[in-house]
Amino acid sequence: MNGETTAPRPPPPIFVGHSSLRGVIASEITKLRTVRSTMWSFGVLVVLAVGLSALATSLTTSHWNQAGFGERFTFDPIRESLIGVFFGQFAIGVLGVLVISAEYTTGTIRASLAAVPKRFRLLLGKIIVFGVATLIIGEIVAFASFFVGQTLLHAPAPHATISSPGALRAVTGDGLYLCLLGLIALGIGGIIRHTAAAVSAYVGLLLVIPIIIALLPSTVSNDVTRFLPASIGHTVVSRIQDPHNFSPGIGLVVLAIYAAVALGVAGYLLVHRDA
Amino acid sequence: MIEVRGLTKRYGDKIAVEDLSFNAYPGVVTGFLGPNGSGKSTTMRVIMGLDHPNGGTATINGRPYHDLDWPLREVGALLEARAIHPGRTARSHLWMLAQTNQIARSRVDEVLDIVGLTEVANQLTGKFSLGMSQRLGIAASLLGDPGVLLYDEPVNGLDAEGIRWVRNLLIGLARQGRTLFVSSHLMSEMAQMADDVVVIGRGRLITQALMSDLLAGNQQSFVRVRSPGIDPLVVLLETNGARISRESDGSISVSGLTEEMVGDLAFEAGIALHELAPVNASLEEVFMELTEESVEYHGAPGGSQ
Repeated sequence: MNGETTAPRPPPPIFVGHSSLRGVIASEITKLRTVRSTMWSFGVLVVLAVGLSALATSLTTSHWNQAGFGERFTFDPIRESLIGVFFGQFAIGVLGVLVISAEYTTGTIRASLAAVPKRFRLLLGKIIVFGVATLIIGEIVAFASFFVGQTLLHAPAPHATISSPGALRAVTGDGLYLCLLGLIALGIGGIIRHTAAAVSAYVGLLLVIPIIIALLPSTVSNDVTRFLPASIGHTVVSRIQDPHNFSPGIGLVVLAIYAAVALGVAGYLLVHRDA
Repeated sequence: MIEVRGLTKRYGDKIAVEDLSFNAYPGVVTGFLGPNGSGKSTTMRVIMGLDHPNGGTATINGRPYHDLDWPLREVGALLEARAIHPGRTARSHLWMLAQTNQIARSRVDEVLDIVGLTEVANQLTGKFSLGMSQRLGIAASLLGDPGVLLYDEPVNGLDAEGIRWVRNLLIGLARQGRTLFVSSHLMSEMAQMADDVVVIGRGRLITQALMSDLLAGNQQSFVRVRSPGIDPLVVLLETNGARISRESDGSISVSGLTEEMVGDLAFEAGIALHELAPVNASLEEVFMELTEESVEYHGAPGGSQ
């Protein structure tokens, strides 16, 4: 059982080089892959987001004849099919928070930091792995929602194809939107470190702040609303742009800046706080 | 080799470790002994680069932990056995750690075998007993076959067989030439394992010494005596250079004279003895003696300084 202890230890081998980001990335992939709840959450996210889009589009088709003229005029088949993203952003936010907060609540962070004492490198590994994973999942959700939705949208309701104007942009942007929100959540998780508190902060950002801003005088709220992730999300998936909002491209850049700020603060705190 | 120099760590206003210096050398088990709350875990966290010191340095083979090229191949540690994600299997836990330092996958199975967890390698660690978690933590510490190993209270929660196993494993690792730094709040545990011992209390160094010197130097012994003629006996013994302490049960504790000398003196003076017994302080009493000034929480409210 312990051949380890009886044999004299051979002279310590000389290791060339040093540990690197590559090992951290491999390790973070294993971490994400080997916790069943994470894999379940990703699966549930895909199924529910696509399911929600399917439900919305099939209801639209079956109720089209009862819809009023204005409703028919403003109907956007692309946005309708991507509606599931507004559910998906919560699921992906919880996952983003958990990537860091679960390490603190379970204590695994001590083992992780002992293995990777260069703390910023550890965070960078998480950002890369979770960012790529959520981008892939986000695009899967977006494309699946689009194609399932457009299949269910049929006459008399109008539908779009991927080559319709703005469709490809909306669908790919939708996946990117989910990915960036996941990274914002990862940053919040790194700053707050407690799962419940960090999830609350994230949900507050998406749901509570818009309500507060809506209560402000419209001259103020019109200028502020465009900075909200939810407004950006709407712009990204919509064919018709609200003049008060950023364009989809600028909107995604604004979200990327939020993510960079949140992750930057998380990185600073990770390096300077005790684990 | 671990070198700690002038280490100070505060949490807010509370001083956890103050101006602590000691060395842990290769080839021996260095015991790190102190009452609960004396700063042992804090010191270990600082050595491992997990907490930032307010002053002083802690180095491993001359370098701060943060600067090690291959941390897991140079240092292994078990700080908290329960600090594992309960939703991951033992094998996955070890594999994700191994990958960070590019340690081969085959090594995961080797260390599982060393600690005897091969059978449960694919079970979720959430179902593990404390003893199994302890073994998994030890397996993780051995992943990189490191020359420096730190263990914080490694026998906590183990049964007698487990304790013996850990003790033999750690001693064996030291005999291979590795630096073993092992904390405990139990003197008796340390006495069976450590060659060298660092004793701390309230975050300050009390002594660093060879275990054998520590035991010899602090071995308190006295002679317990009961006698119907206790008062003349006290006078007689004191004139012969003994220090006497009267106990509440009517007996006296005599130090400075052996039991033979006490018996002979009493016989010559014609004083009857009802009890004459040498008493040696236990290891725990030696430890208590060393640290009593520095124990943070006393049981009795009147006992605090």
